[in-house]
Amino acid sequence: MSGLALRGISKAYGGNHILRDVTIEAKPGEFVALVGPSGCGKTTLLRIAAGLDHPDRGSVWLGERDMTAMRPSGRDIAMVFQSYALYPHLTAGQNIAVPLAMRNLTVWQRLPWIGSLLPGQRETRAEIQRCVFETARSLKIDHLLDRKPAQMSGGQRQRVALGRALVRSPAAFLMDEPLSNLDASLRVHTRSEIVELHRRAGVTTLYVTHDQAEALSMADRVAVMMGGRLLQFDTPEAIYGNPAHIEVARFIGSPQINLLAGEVDAAHGIRIGGRLFVEGVGATPGTRVTIGFRPEAIKLGGSSQAGLGASVKRIEFLGSETLVFLELAGGGGSLVAKLAPAEATVLNPGQAVTIAVASGEVLVFGSDGSRLPVAPAMRMAANG
Amino acid sequence: MDSIALPAGTSSAGALARRSEALAGWRLAGPAVALLSMLILLPTLGVVALSLTDFELGYDGVRFVGLDNYLELLEDRTFLISLANTLTYTLIVTPLSVFLGLGAALLIEAEVRGRALFRAIYFLPVVSLLVAMATVWQYLLHPTIGPVNALLRLVGIDGPNWLGGSDTVLMSLALIGVWQAVGFNMVLFLAGLTAIPRELYAAAEVDRAATAWDRFWLVTWPMLGPTTLFVVTISVINAVKVFETVSTMTQGGPNRASEVLLWTIYQEGFVYLRVGYASAMTVVFLAILMVLMVLQYRALDRRIHYT
Amino acid sequence: MTTRSWNLARVLRLATLSSGALIFLGPYVWMVSTAMKPREEIFSSSLALIPDRWAAVENFSKVFTRVPMLQLLMNGAIVCAVILVVQVLVALPCAYALAKLRFPGARLMISGIMLGLLVPIHATALPIYVALSGAGVLNTYFALAAPFLISVFAIFLFLQFFRAMPDDLINAARLDGMSEFGIVLRVIVPNAWPAITAFSIFSVVAHWNDLFWPQIVVTETAMAPPPLGLIFFRAAEAGDDYGALMAATVVVTMPLLAAFLLAQRRFIEGITLTGLKG
Repeated sequence: MSGLALRGISKAYGGNHILRDVTIEAKPGEFVALVGPSGCGKTTLLRIAAGLDHPDRGSVWLGERDMTAMRPSGRDIAMVFQSYALYPHLTAGQNIAVPLAMRNLTVWQRLPWIGSLLPGQRETRAEIQRCVFETARSLKIDHLLDRKPAQMSGGQRQRVALGRALVRSPAAFLMDEPLSNLDASLRVHTRSEIVELHRRAGVTTLYVTHDQAEALSMADRVAVMMGGRLLQFDTPEAIYGNPAHIEVARFIGSPQINLLAGEVDAAHGIRIGGRLFVEGVGATPGTRVTIGFRPEAIKLGGSSQAGLGASVKRIEFLGSETLVFLELAGGGGSLVAKLAPAEATVLNPGQAVTIAVASGEVLVFGSDGSRLPVAPAMRMAANG
Repeated sequence: MDSIALPAGTSSAGALARRSEALAGWRLAGPAVALLSMLILLPTLGVVALSLTDFELGYDGVRFVGLDNYLELLEDRTFLISLANTLTYTLIVTPLSVFLGLGAALLIEAEVRGRALFRAIYFLPVVSLLVAMATVWQYLLHPTIGPVNALLRLVGIDGPNWLGGSDTVLMSLALIGVWQAVGFNMVLFLAGLTAIPRELYAAAEVDRAATAWDRFWLVTWPMLGPTTLFVVTISVINAVKVFETVSTMTQGGPNRASEVLLWTIYQEGFVYLRVGYASAMTVVFLAILMVLMVLQYRALDRRIHYT
Repeated sequence: MTTRSWNLARVLRLATLSSGALIFLGPYVWMVSTAMKPREEIFSSSLALIPDRWAAVENFSKVFTRVPMLQLLMNGAIVCAVILVVQVLVALPCAYALAKLRFPGARLMISGIMLGLLVPIHATALPIYVALSGAGVLNTYFALAAPFLISVFAIFLFLQFFRAMPDDLINAARLDGMSEFGIVLRVIVPNAWPAITAFSIFSVVAHWNDLFWPQIVVTETAMAPPPLGLIFFRAAEAGDDYGALMAATVVVTMPLLAAFLLAQRRFIEGITLTGLKG
């Protein structure tokens, strides 16, 4: 088993920088998700890992091997494409067999018609058949092997594409949004199947997606990309709870993180609506900053309680939770809070409430988007 | 006729709307229907009917002769030579123009620069007046003053009398036919090539299809299947319809060596005015085209998976 | 690896393409060159492309004086125009009705059209000729255009095109109070330009170049379209005066070639689209 490393990758088309000095190292057997909005360069990065695109600078390593100059066919890497890219003229079984046939049969043996007459190919073909069948059975598509892609559903095609990647036991797996063409319920189901497959095969996997929930739920580590840069590469928990950049905080999490503009005062605190929100911010007084806190960090209190004044604009009941949309008093901005449904039953639109945020939940970002340190001992809630 | 098949429960308003829609439909399609029957359906039936008569233009009196014309065809040396020549011509032109068209398309597709230029050059003969270009070829292939033989003389070969010798005439016509058809086949193949999803090639590379040769057999050739079938059919049909070059350059000669189907029909029907007999030939010609079409549909049917 | 770099494969590819291009261009080069040469230079059978003595004026003036060349070009243009206009005017409403209206007999018509696609002019020529000859209208524009006034292929092409147009567009037009004819004129035609252009190119190329039918119904030079005129010119005036003959081929080939070079893309798209009718 070997790890997959992309080191210092840069790529530009014309004057357009697609990737800027991106480094991602997946440990052996690790499942790494590349996530970001469309156009962030994640698919280009994956194609560079596969050898389908070539970086202007940087190198691609599989274990101890430098593969930067190697052709895709020599890399021992399997890929699942967004469109699945199944050969429409071949059956599911033949599709899965292609990588093995390419490796184990000679050019002459692979020729149409003539190939099947040449000596020595029969045993090889039988062996390939056996592998194909094994793989198909593990994916529960062994009953589909004689069908052409056009005769299969989206989910079945997706499995055949997986099978074609799995059958060769590659050193690494690349997946380009493999679930984006499935409907919602199938997507959630297949998500756990891919994780299970990965756990069993233990092959290093790079998984590209634009869906942050997919990335968080599947990956060992998540790389968040934006505008061709790698913003953060960390565990899902850290990406969510401890984002390194305001863009990461904004992109990850649904509903979006609440952000409010503020300024660091002489005492290194930040006041919102005249109330002290955070103390001990590691920035010079006068710095313009943005503070952020997750919707579930908000605690609501009655209007008589101390805290930041706000009024309820709208309430959305989602079943397991309720979202409350709030307007800060004095036009200070709007927020969203995620509450347990039982907590929200007393609320009505137009009602005045107060807002409190637990001290440890507030994140502070500088004007360039980077996280600013907050001295832990001095952090406190805004309801002082 | 516009009240056919109205279900019993239909409201009168619905019936009215439907009737007015039918009326509009007939009014819009009417001229086409009239012309279609007058210019295609009736004449086609007409040619079949005429083929059973001894009708000759300019002579009075038409006699029904049954299948006599067809029986006569079986013994008509000119017609049989004509059939054989058309077959030979088709067998030369079709494979050559299909493979050269495919080759040109693949080369042009692979090349980054000059794509539009090469495509335009190879396409020129398709939009050129064939009669004019045939005249040019006749000059190029002239045995004594033609540049082709002048070129051959430079390398010490005594060129043949291309269009004047009965051994070479069909071959020469066929080569001109190839020259004329390659560009058309090429653009059809180019269209077929651009329709192949790029991701299939990416998948093939990842699947260890390392050489262009491997990728051609794994992706290009099978994905071009329907295009190829279509190009082959249309090439065969166009080759069977060869007329302009023969009419311009050789008029069937020398010694009937370039006698082809449409030229024979033209001579019989419009020069000797033996309409009945020429009609029988036409029916044979039409039957050949129909068989080709049916073969193509059959072959296409078997490839339903290409969606 | 990258396609821009020079390697052996690319050199071979460009060499093959270029030599092929030379073969394809050869006839055109010789055509133009010979049209510039005087008789004696042509018969000396030298391979020189540039004439020692320029005879272009002489050759081209023969083309315009010995045959009514302008008349021939005009004949071709008129016949092509009449054919095209009628074909489109007849096919558009018919295709619309078949694609978007329900009326008894529509299915039968579609099968009639499919059948018509299989029948070339060569098959229907004899009866139509007999009829035109009986009516005494040989050697007229009408005779030249008559068999092509309907194009099943145009109907077929437009039918495919209209089927892809959303029904709601037409329903919206109906709600806006348009008649079916008004819909064709104001909704369908403006949206069908790509198909109409493609078909027009196909139709003009086919009929400008056609020799078979004109050779049947026209015997007078004054009524001949260019291909037939060229044959008359050769038979009567320029049997082996290759200079004049080549000048004539330049003149009759030019209009379409010029149009093609100006609108390459559209030509190729048009002919490919109409070629891929299946």
